[in-house]
Amino acid sequence: MKVHEYQAKEILRKYGVVTPRNVVCWNSDEVPDALAQLGGSVWVVKAQIHAGGRGKGGGVRVVQSEQDAVQAAREIMQRPLVTPQTGPRGQPVRRLLVEEGIPIQSEIYAGLVVDRTTQRVVLMVSPEGGMEIEEVAAETPEKIHKTFINPEVGLTDADAESAARFCGVPEELAGSAATLLNSLYLAFWDCDASLAEINPLVVTEDGRVIALDAKMTFDDSASYRNPEFSEFRDLDEESPEEIEASDAGLSYISLDGNIGCLVNGAGLAMATMDIIKLYGEEPANFLDVGGGATTEQVIAAFKIMLGNDRISAVLVNIFGGIMRCDVIAEGLVSAFSQIELKVPVVVRLEGTNVERGKQILSDSGLTLILADTMDDAARKVVQAVRGE
Amino acid sequence: MSILINRDTRVMTQGMTGKTGLFHTRNCLDYANGKSAFVAGVTPRKGGQVVDGIPVYDTVAEAKEQTGATVSVIYVPPPFAAAAIDEAVEAGLDLVICITEGIPVKDMIQTRNKMAGSKTILVGPNCPGVITPEEIKIGIMPGYIHKKGSIGVVSRSGTLTYEVVDQLTKLGLGQSTCVGIGGDPVNGTKHVDVIRWFNDDPETEAIVMCGEIGGTDEEDCGRWIKENATKPVAAFIAGVTAPPGKRMGHAGAIIAGGKGTAAEKISVLRECGVQVTENPAGIGDLVVEMLRS
Repeated sequence: MKVHEYQAKEILRKYGVVTPRNVVCWNSDEVPDALAQLGGSVWVVKAQIHAGGRGKGGGVRVVQSEQDAVQAAREIMQRPLVTPQTGPRGQPVRRLLVEEGIPIQSEIYAGLVVDRTTQRVVLMVSPEGGMEIEEVAAETPEKIHKTFINPEVGLTDADAESAARFCGVPEELAGSAATLLNSLYLAFWDCDASLAEINPLVVTEDGRVIALDAKMTFDDSASYRNPEFSEFRDLDEESPEEIEASDAGLSYISLDGNIGCLVNGAGLAMATMDIIKLYGEEPANFLDVGGGATTEQVIAAFKIMLGNDRISAVLVNIFGGIMRCDVIAEGLVSAFSQIELKVPVVVRLEGTNVERGKQILSDSGLTLILADTMDDAARKVVQAVRGE
Repeated sequence: MSILINRDTRVMTQGMTGKTGLFHTRNCLDYANGKSAFVAGVTPRKGGQVVDGIPVYDTVAEAKEQTGATVSVIYVPPPFAAAAIDEAVEAGLDLVICITEGIPVKDMIQTRNKMAGSKTILVGPNCPGVITPEEIKIGIMPGYIHKKGSIGVVSRSGTLTYEVVDQLTKLGLGQSTCVGIGGDPVNGTKHVDVIRWFNDDPETEAIVMCGEIGGTDEEDCGRWIKENATKPVAAFIAGVTAPPGKRMGHAGAIIAGGKGTAAEKISVLRECGVQVTENPAGIGDLVVEMLRS
C-alpha cells in the first residue's frame, strides 16, 4: 500500500525523524490559515498524490506571500497533475501539504528497500539528493553507498554514521544524521514497510538535519498486524475497477489494449497477456481469479472487464488443477447467465474432468467460442477482435 | 532418479488438521507412493490425534523422532507460517516445502537470516510444491498431468507450471522432478539452485525454467548456466506485457526502478546460451526441438 507524503511524515515523526512543520489543506481557501499557523515568510505548497516526480510536473511551489500561496494552491488543484510517473492523463490533486520553508545548505538521498539477492533490508544513501536514485544508480553508481542490515542487529550507529559521512554531512552533524537514519530504519522495520525514502534529506544553514520529503509503501501481506494504516488508504488514488476487484478478492490491473483476460494464477495470467501481444493484439488487463474461480468471482471479473469501453473480446484461460473443470464450467455458465455478453468470449479450459467441463459449456446454449489449447485460444480471440 | 524427493522420502504435514492441509494431504496420499510417504502431521496442541490413519504430533521434532520423517510441507496460515519454517529448520529436517501464500516479507527476512549455515533446504513459500512423477507428490499440483521422464522443470508460478507440464506430457515428454520455487520476493531455493541439482541428476536430460518479472534470479541463473551447465535449458519468462511498478499477482512479480523486466531477463538468458521462447504455448515444442538437435 502506498501513502501520501504527509502521511509518511506523520509516521516517521513518531519514530523521531525531523520534518518541516506542516499543515494539510483540502482546498485553497484553507491555505491562509495554514500560513498563519506556520508563521515565517517562505512556504512550500506541495501536491499530495502517490506518483513521484511532482516537482517536475509543477506540483511543488515555493511561495513568499499569502497571495502567491493561494494562487499556487489553486493552480495545482485546478487540473490533474501530470508527472513522469502519472501517465499523460495525470492524477487529480485533492490534498495539499503546506510547509514552512527550510534554508537548505546541502541535499542528500536516503532510502530503505528489501534487497532480494541478500534477503536483507538495504540502506542506500547518496550525496546526490533530489535526483531519482535509479538515475544515480545508472549514471554514477559510485555515488551510492549501501548498507545491508542484519535483521538481528538492526542498523548500527557506526554504519549509520559512515553512511552520513559518505554523503558529506559535516562532522558535527554526522551524529544527528545517523540518528535520523536510525529512526528511518526503525520506522521501516516496525511498520512492515517495503520502501521508506527521504529525498531530499537536507542539512540546513542553521545546522539541522531534516526530512524535506518522504515516501513510504507497506507490505500488503502484513496489513493484518498494522490495522491502523488502513485509514491512510486513499481510494481516489486507485481506479474504480481496481477497487471493485480488490473488494471481490481479484488481482486486477488495467492495461491499454482491447482483449480482456480472465485467468487463474498470476504466472498463467501474465503468460496469457503475453501470447495475445505475441499474436498481434493488446491485452486490456491482468486478472487473476485465484485457484478456485468461483461463480461470484467470475461475475465480478466480467462486470469489471465489460465496464471498459475498449474491450472488444474476452479470453478466459483456466487451468483447473485440484479444482475440477466441470465445477469451473458450471460456475462460468451460472456467471454468464447473469451478465450480458456483449463481446465475443473465448473459453479455454484444461485440467481435471476437462471433457465434462467442455460439454457443460457447449450444452449451455451460450454463444461461447471454445478453444482446446492456449495457442488455439489466443488465435481465436485475435480472430474474433479482427472480425475474421 | 530425481532431485529433492523420491519414493523413499518420508514426509510430515505442518498444519495437518487445518482445512487446506488436510485436503491437500489427502490428495498427496492418493498419488503414487503417497500412502507410505506421508507418515506424520504436526499441529500444536493437537498431538495424539490420528487423521486419516496419520498420527499428529505437537512439534516437528517429535514427529521426526517418532516417524523418521525428514521432509515437511507447510500449509500453516501466513501469520504463523514463518515460525513453522523456523521450527522445521531447528528440528534439522532436510527439506521444507512451504505452500503458504502471503507471509509478510519481514518474517521471511528473519527466517532466512536464521537459516544461514543450516543444512535445511527451503522451497517456497507461495509455491505449488515439488513432484517426482509416479513416485511422490508434495504440494497442491494436480498429479495426473505429470508423467515420469527426464525433463526437469523449475518455475516461479503454479498454473503456468501445470500448463508447461501438460504440454510436455502431451508430447510424450515425462518429467524427472518439477519444482515450484514460488512467487515471493524473499524465498528459499532459487532457479539457480534447482538447475544445479538437475545438472547433477543423471536422469535429467533437459531442463525447463519458467521465470517471470521481478528480481534478478533468472539473470543470475543464466550466468551460472553459461559457465557450468552440461544440459540444454529451455526458458519462458512471463510478463513481457507487464507495466512497470505494478505487482502482477505474485508479491515478487514487480518491475521496480526499471529492474526486473522480462526483456532484460530474456536478453541475458539468450546471451548465456539458454533457448528462450516468447510463446507460452510453445514451450513443449521448444524442448522437443532442443532434444532433437
